Amino acid sequence: MANPVLQTKGLEAFYGDFQALFGIDFSINEGETVAIIGSNGAGKSTFLRAITGMLATKGQDITFLGKAVGGKPAHSLVKRGLAMVPEGRKLFPSLTVEENLLIGGYGRKGTKWTLDGIYDLFPILAERRHHGGTDLSGGQQQMVAIGRALMSDPKLLLCDEISLGLAPVVIKDIYAAVPKIKARGATIVVVEQDVNQAMAVADRVYCFQEGRVSLNGKPGDLTRDQISAAYFGLNEEETA
Amino acid sequence: MDWVNAIVQGILLGGLYALFAAGLSLMFGVMRFVNIAHGDFIVLGAYAALVAVGLTGLHPLWSLVVVVPGMAALGYLGQRILLNRTMGDDILPPLLVTFGFSVIIQNVLLEIFSADSQKLQAGWLETASIKITSSLNIGVMPLLIFVSAVGVIGGLQLFFYKTSLGRVLRATSDDQDTVRLMGADNAKIFAYATAIASAVVGIAGVYLAMRTNFDPSVGPARLLFAFEAVIIGGLGNPWGTLVGGIILGVSQAIGAQIDPGIQILSGHIAFLVVLVIRPQGLFPKMKG
Amino acid sequence: MSISYTVQRSSRATRIAMSIGIIALIVLLLAPYWAGRGDLRMLVEIFYYLALAQMWSLLAGYVGLVSVGQQAFVGLGGYMMFAFSAKVGIPPLLALPLAGVFTAIIAVPTAMIAFRLKGAYFAIGTWVIAEVFRLTFAQISTLGGGSGMSLPAGIVKGIASSRAGREHLVYWVALGIALGSILMVFFLLRSRWGLAMTAIRDSEPASESLGVETYVTKFLIYVAAAGMTGLIGGLIFLQKLRISPDAAFSVQDWTALVIFIVVIGGIGSIEGPIIGVVIFFVLREIAADWGSWYLIILGSLAVTTMLFAPKGIWGLITDRWDIHLFPVGRRLIIKRDET
Repeated sequence: MANPVLQTKGLEAFYGDFQALFGIDFSINEGETVAIIGSNGAGKSTFLRAITGMLATKGQDITFLGKAVGGKPAHSLVKRGLAMVPEGRKLFPSLTVEENLLIGGYGRKGTKWTLDGIYDLFPILAERRHHGGTDLSGGQQQMVAIGRALMSDPKLLLCDEISLGLAPVVIKDIYAAVPKIKARGATIVVVEQDVNQAMAVADRVYCFQEGRVSLNGKPGDLTRDQISAAYFGLNEEETA
Repeated sequence: MDWVNAIVQGILLGGLYALFAAGLSLMFGVMRFVNIAHGDFIVLGAYAALVAVGLTGLHPLWSLVVVVPGMAALGYLGQRILLNRTMGDDILPPLLVTFGFSVIIQNVLLEIFSADSQKLQAGWLETASIKITSSLNIGVMPLLIFVSAVGVIGGLQLFFYKTSLGRVLRATSDDQDTVRLMGADNAKIFAYATAIASAVVGIAGVYLAMRTNFDPSVGPARLLFAFEAVIIGGLGNPWGTLVGGIILGVSQAIGAQIDPGIQILSGHIAFLVVLVIRPQGLFPKMKG
Repeated sequence: MSISYTVQRSSRATRIAMSIGIIALIVLLLAPYWAGRGDLRMLVEIFYYLALAQMWSLLAGYVGLVSVGQQAFVGLGGYMMFAFSAKVGIPPLLALPLAGVFTAIIAVPTAMIAFRLKGAYFAIGTWVIAEVFRLTFAQISTLGGGSGMSLPAGIVKGIASSRAGREHLVYWVALGIALGSILMVFFLLRSRWGLAMTAIRDSEPASESLGVETYVTKFLIYVAAAGMTGLIGGLIFLQKLRISPDAAFSVQDWTALVIFIVVIGGIGSIEGPIIGVVIFFVLREIAADWGSWYLIILGSLAVTTMLFAPKGIWGLITDRWDIHLFPVGRRLIIKRDET
């Protein structure tokens, strides 16, 4: 087995006194796409925030590219090749679409993905390149957010709820880009509430429930019942 | 014609006020940080120019070469070492710490230089003037200061819109948190912003030293003028600040025409009127 | 098993402090009989700085209003006192509370203007307003214009017939005002207003737009504090017997020193300003001959405190030992019944 790009062992996370994650074991290898599913409040976004250093954690619990990175600040992780498409997109209103893309490469300049490459991936953005970052529709903003993260040529791309608030047609468009991104050799973690989309693109799936991993495995190996049970935290005997 | 003259002088004075205000506006825009010691830093720059001229005997304008980088370095270090510790949601620490700085700076300058009034001699620059009409003269120095203000604001805009660091500073003013995901270290970003603001403060200080008498206690008045220019012009708009400075300068000039004793008061009243009628300022681009 | 609870207002520390406080109060009441002239003057200064500090701490610590312009009300109160007694002929001791009331009245339109600004800009706005007051009073020639005026001898005699009598009277008024300021904050905090204020302090980011109820609470507290500050100002200049725009509206005397006192002592508590005043006066005695070094040290102390111990010295004490001397908090004590 190749060395995992990212690995966590017994990861815990707290918001003040409130514990949000209870001992998460997770790993992802190069070239894999791993999905994390779970209901609201299960800890999925908390997990991503912990990995990216936006939330404080203890030192040894997280390894990125072989190095312990727990407790390191977010900007240094970005420089090492971690990129996140944050929940809610979080584009910069004062910047144009093109500037929002360019700033993605501020801390770490990529060679694999250029402005032209992003415009190939999402042609609609080329037409809107000089519009204000937040003047676009939700789906287009999501494209900008993804493009922005790609500009740093990430070794690991984290996508936090990219389907949130979008119409199904738009979600399909966005997810249509994922195989193209994979084709250029990307390692991706997808956090999703839309279970079907997540399973369609993922090589492996983790299910989070109340801050713990309730299930993990390959999409093909898991039954609907198993997933429902893991998602909602029911015992298997209780499902119909 | 006295009135026309007064208004023209007021407009040119507005350039100086815009220079005072530019640094304040920048720091608030990027970091939501208001430096109560802003005026005292301008005075610090003026004294630095005084020392530079005293040591070298060169014309005051040359002191810009030393004062501007010096103030920039001071701003960078001050932000990184001390002021970064006050950044956060609570408004009290930055306010009170910079208020403390204000008192400290004034009294340190007092100890070193005494309360004597100072002024830098700018030679021919001070007395030269351009004749516009038979009754209207424009002093070269006020004109130079006005042009510099336009240049500085224009330069800052170029910086913000055409450079990578400028882009990051604009993004920081939108969302400090997400900027970290772009690989930007907030501690350094804030320090860069303060360094640039301090450089502008240095320019303002040199011009202050050349244009008027100054002593350690004149800082707070400059802070108030800078603040008024920013509020009148509207937050987040550098060109608005220029307009705000001009309105302030013209108000003061008109007041002085009526009665020299109410010059400053007229400026304050103009500010209060704008605050009552249009609290967001004339050309606001962001919320306070 | 059932749980019953009581709400306890005072602890043992409070009761001890109250006993000490009462003794101290009696000693202070009798001060004119055991203290020298100089000491008496210093005590008056301590009292009015304590009162000013309580008001500033109330605004900044409990309703999130950082004012760098309280000198506006100090000066206004002083000038009102002089105007009422010297120009209108009202007895000085009556002019004093009147000055406070009128200051509160003028604080209403002032607040309406100042509240258009938020956070740090509000602070500077209050400063501008104070400057407007200063420059305006410098233009009023009947009150002495730029050089100011002295309280006419006839009015001064009207306070009490002997100099000692006057000084004793001023002293007791000062003591009363200091106590009044503490009681004002104390009862405000224990009232329903107190809960509202603590809620504002704890949860409202200063940069958000104000909800109506929050606005009204802040407005009323601001005006009340302004009125009290005006009363204090009247007292200050009653003691000095002379007023001028620069002295009346001095940022350094009535704001900078007050801020330093509160920051070092501890913002947002009644005990904090008391400690701060004590430290301030001790420092002043020590550094009397050091000129501007005294302010440099005081300022550095305030900056250091703000950076490393933002809750001040009293904050350090409460963090370490959880003592509260003034029973303004409410502690829920849960008793479990044995069944």
